[in-house]
Amino acid sequence: MSIVEKIENEYLRKDVPEFNIGDTVRVSVKVKEGEKERTQIYEGVVIGRKGSGTRETFTVRRVSYGIGVERIFPLHSKVVENIKVIRRGIVRRSKLYYLRKLSGKKARIKEKR
Amino acid sequence: MIEGIIGKKLGMTQIVKDDGEVVPVTILKAGPCVIVQKKSVDNDGYEAIQLGLVEDKAIRKMTKPMKGHFEKRGIKQPVKVLREFHYKNEKEIEEGKEITVDIFNDAKKVNIVGISKGKGFQGVMKRHGFSGQGKSHGSKIHRATGSIGQATYPGKVMRGKAMPGHMGNERVMVKNLKIEKIMKEENLILVRGAVPGPKGGTILIKNSEFKRG
Repeated sequence: MSIVEKIENEYLRKDVPEFNIGDTVRVSVKVKEGEKERTQIYEGVVIGRKGSGTRETFTVRRVSYGIGVERIFPLHSKVVENIKVIRRGIVRRSKLYYLRKLSGKKARIKEKR
Repeated sequence: MIEGIIGKKLGMTQIVKDDGEVVPVTILKAGPCVIVQKKSVDNDGYEAIQLGLVEDKAIRKMTKPMKGHFEKRGIKQPVKVLREFHYKNEKEIEEGKEITVDIFNDAKKVNIVGISKGKGFQGVMKRHGFSGQGKSHGSKIHRATGSIGQATYPGKVMRGKAMPGHMGNERVMVKNLKIEKIMKEENLILVRGAVPGPKGGTILIKNSEFKRG
């Protein structure tokens, strides 16, 4: 193992659950408002995972009040308090960017059973 | 106080801080170094120490003068990279003594000296950040230097005018990089931001607060 990997290993989170592209997840995000800190829940479909090691991020898409919202979270940052998998989906691509153009019934993802 | 230490650039990565902030860092191998020679005003005209970077691999070939240089001072393991550093108010300077990352224990910021990556012969846009000319609308030149001066008066090109030429492969110092972490046992320093040179390149790590005299 190279020294770079060794150092990265120290900063990796061990409590990240296994989740894949197409899964619906509930992410608890720490939000700082002045002095106070509170947790915000963000729920949506994982449409991509990018990078490796400490650089890994994942994108969660949800449609809120008719407007598509995508948030990118650093997987190993402590800003993400926890990730909960709600629904596992079956998809055939690693990036679900095609969802951006779809809405309603077409934007459904088959559930894995 | 010793000004700095010799090191090597190992690569870059990101680390995650406790508040969730993601910080880009460069991993540097810092020493261990050995004091090869102590230079004095009487002997050399100035005060300095010559450090050598101790590496795992022993060097096989050496010129005779180099061999004598090490033997005279009783250095058992000859080193390849030798660099000079200033020092101040330091009592325990002895030839053969080992210097480690410990000298940065109180330091917050460091300056890094390295040889930047060679870029070859480059035009004026990449080398000096000129804007170039129009890319479309019938423009027939795109990345040219443009005018390099005035007319009959002054009748010459000003000295130091930025022009195309060789870029990179020069000594560069990056100042005031924050030390993010010191790993004493592995002789590593994690420094915030980028450092000149390729991976494996020799660098000098200097304490930003060090002042001579």
